[in-house]
This record gives sequence, structure tokens and C-alpha cells, in this order.
Amino acid sequence: MINKIVQSMADAMAGIKDGSTVLIGGFGAVGQPNALIDGLIEQGAKDLTIACNNAGVGRVGLARLMDLGRVRKIICSFPRSSDPVVFETLYRAGKIELEIVPQGTLAERMRAAGAGVPVFFTATGVGTKMAVGKEHREIDGRTYIAEQSLPGDVALVEAWEADRWGNLTYKQAGRNFNPVMAMASKLTIVQSQHIRELGQIDPDHVVTPGIFVDRVVHVPYGDPSGF
Amino acid sequence: MSETVAFKPFSRPQMAARVAQDIPEGWYVNLGIGIPTAVADHVPLEREVIFHSENGVLGMGPAPEKDKIQPWLINAGKQYVTMRDGGSFCHHADSFSMIRGGHLDLCVLGAFQVAENGDIANWATSENDTAPAVGGAMDLAAGAKRLWVMMEHTAKDGSPKLVQRCTYPLTAVGAVKRVYTNLAVVDVTERGFVVLDIVPGLSFEDLQARTDAKLHRAS
Repeated sequence: MINKIVQSMADAMAGIKDGSTVLIGGFGAVGQPNALIDGLIEQGAKDLTIACNNAGVGRVGLARLMDLGRVRKIICSFPRSSDPVVFETLYRAGKIELEIVPQGTLAERMRAAGAGVPVFFTATGVGTKMAVGKEHREIDGRTYIAEQSLPGDVALVEAWEADRWGNLTYKQAGRNFNPVMAMASKLTIVQSQHIRELGQIDPDHVVTPGIFVDRVVHVPYGDPSGF
Repeated sequence: MSETVAFKPFSRPQMAARVAQDIPEGWYVNLGIGIPTAVADHVPLEREVIFHSENGVLGMGPAPEKDKIQPWLINAGKQYVTMRDGGSFCHHADSFSMIRGGHLDLCVLGAFQVAENGDIANWATSENDTAPAVGGAMDLAAGAKRLWVMMEHTAKDGSPKLVQRCTYPLTAVGAVKRVYTNLAVVDVTERGFVVLDIVPGLSFEDLQARTDAKLHRAS
């Protein structure tokens, strides 16, 4: 019997190695897997490369992981937030590397990784500093730049519902980066608000099919708050 | 400045209303964070314009009343919004496919500078910005069918924002089609900037004096 549901956060986090690339879902607080981030802090892996949209708020969650000196590099589109104090302090001190990526390119790089596409061409960033050093190609009269896929060793994902095969649904804008990160990683770890029996999630409603998911932990925390 | 005639710059709501007036029913529209967000308030609900937000929301409605907030329903500016009947959610890569695949009829962004060749600079004010945040601006500027800009005509220090060439780091090249400022509405054409509309009381020459690039009269 396949059962991807794990009973403890320690089981969910088992085996994450130092030096891993970790993709973290969420847009603001919505769809952000806070319990898994805390689990990663507890688990201890260091020298991490983190890909997510933002670079942490306040001193909790991702900001705390950075504050503990566990993040070598952050790949994101929008390092500013309402309170980016930890990231900015580390960045100014040269203690964290930053790779800024246009938000759509960030999402597409992960989708490409999930789809087995190592490189793709896009018009986003042409003529800007994002294009410096990248391969340019003219296709049907328009210039594009090459972008590499962004595979993760680990994805931390928040879902609304999950079953023991790892099928997932999401709630409203909580979907955001989560499905593409689930596709893009070797080890996809999910925190889900609800655990359903197999067959209870209508196959028509599954957003992330279980093939993309490795572990699920039940975290019924309620509604997101604070951005 | 030598003009003697008093004029009153367009207010933010007037600018938003002016942009809204030019958006026809049926368009799919992304409104950037900041000044452009207010445009939605000036499109009447019976004119069916479909608003998109980068975080996977299509068919966004107005802000909710305080007691009707849905904590999982936010826009790209991380403000609470509502969903209209007919709205849908998608993930980030699909949401940006709507942008990058040329499916949006219009994107309205704020900007630091717009050049007469349609270049836009709206994400960083220096090459060595400590931690510049680009978000979805480059995708929107390069991907939407039309890019309009809403901004003040001049910067806080009085320097022109409609320029011959952008001096700030670019967001996209040759992308802007129209600019709505607090003083004028200006199209970006092969001739350069063509003035469609000026705030009452301000002459063409006075507008030119506040603009770095050459302005052309609509013919």
C-alpha cells in the first residue's frame, strides 16, 4: 500500500542534505508552508540555496533560516517585503548571495525543470541587465534570451487537501508557485490543511497529481495572516 | 517656467478615471502595483473588463468589505480582493503564461522613466541598488499586447520622466504604447511622443518645458 503521509515533522524532513537547493512555495503568507520551513530550521541542513518569490518577512520562517546562517544563496523575484530586515542586513554584509529573476521566468524555470526542458527562450528581460551574458536568439523577427531550468533537490509546498497517494488541491490564491515547485524537485514535501481518504478528492479537481509528491504531513493551521 | 495661466494637474483619481475610460469591454487587463491599481475602481461592473493578478487570479473584483475578507484571496500587491462570478485560479506558471504568451490585452504599470522609443525603466533607480526587486514587471512589459504607463509627469525634484533615453536600468525595450501623466496623455509612436491630451490651462509649450524628449502635436 502506498502511503506518502508521514506522522511527524522529523519524518517529513528526513534526509535533506547540506548544500541542497530548496524551492519554497507561497506568495506573501498565502500558500506559504510555514510549518515545513520551521521543520527545516529544526532539521539542521545548511549551506542551502533557496528559491522562492520573496526573501522573508520579520524574523520568523525563512527570515529565521537566513538569520541562522543556513542560507548561502537566495533566488527570488522580489527581495523587498514589509519587513525584510534579516535579508537586507545579510545582503549588505555580503553574507548571502542574491539572484534576482523576473517572476514569470522564475515560475517558468521551475516548470521547465519539472517537464525535462533544460533551457528555454523568452522575451522577458531582453535589453535589460537580466540579459547580460545570456545566449540571444532571433526567432521570427523577435529577440529572445535563453534561460536555464531551475530544478530543486527539495520542494516545500502547502496544499489545501491531500490523500495518501499525494494528490493535492489548493485554496484560492494559495496555489501560486506550489504546483510548479512540486513538479520541479526530486523530493517534494507537502503540508496540507486537510487529509482525505483515497478517492475522496474528485480526480477532476486534483491540481497536483500524486506522481509529483513524496511526503505529506497534516498541518491544519487555519487561515494565513500577515504578509 | 514662464507660464502665467494657472492649471491644476490631474489628481490620481482623475488619472485613473482617464485610463479606465479607454479600456473597452472584453479586455483582459493587468494593473500594476501602486498608482495603476486604482484604475479598476473606475471601470463600471457592467462593462465586463477582466482583471488579472500575477499570483494566479483572473476575474478579480473590488476590495472586500472588512467583514467579508477571504484570507486566501489576495492580489499581487498582497491586498485582499474579491472574485467576480466567472473568475478562476491558476498556478504561477500558467498565470505568467497569460502574460508572457501575449494573452493580456493590456498592462498598466507605473514607471520612473519612459523614453521616446518606448523603453521603460520602473524597477531600479541605480545600477548598484542594494537589493533591487523586479517582481513581474519585466514579464508584463515584454509580454502584454499593450503596455500603458501611469506616472507623474516629472519626478519629485522636477526632473522630466518622459525622456529621450532612459538613464535608469531598463525594464523592457520599446514596449510602452501610451503614457498617462498628471499633465497629459501621450502616445509613443514611430515619430516619438505624440500628445493626445493636456490638462486644462497648460499650453503645449509649457508641457514641452517639463519634458526631456521632443513632443509632437497629434495631426
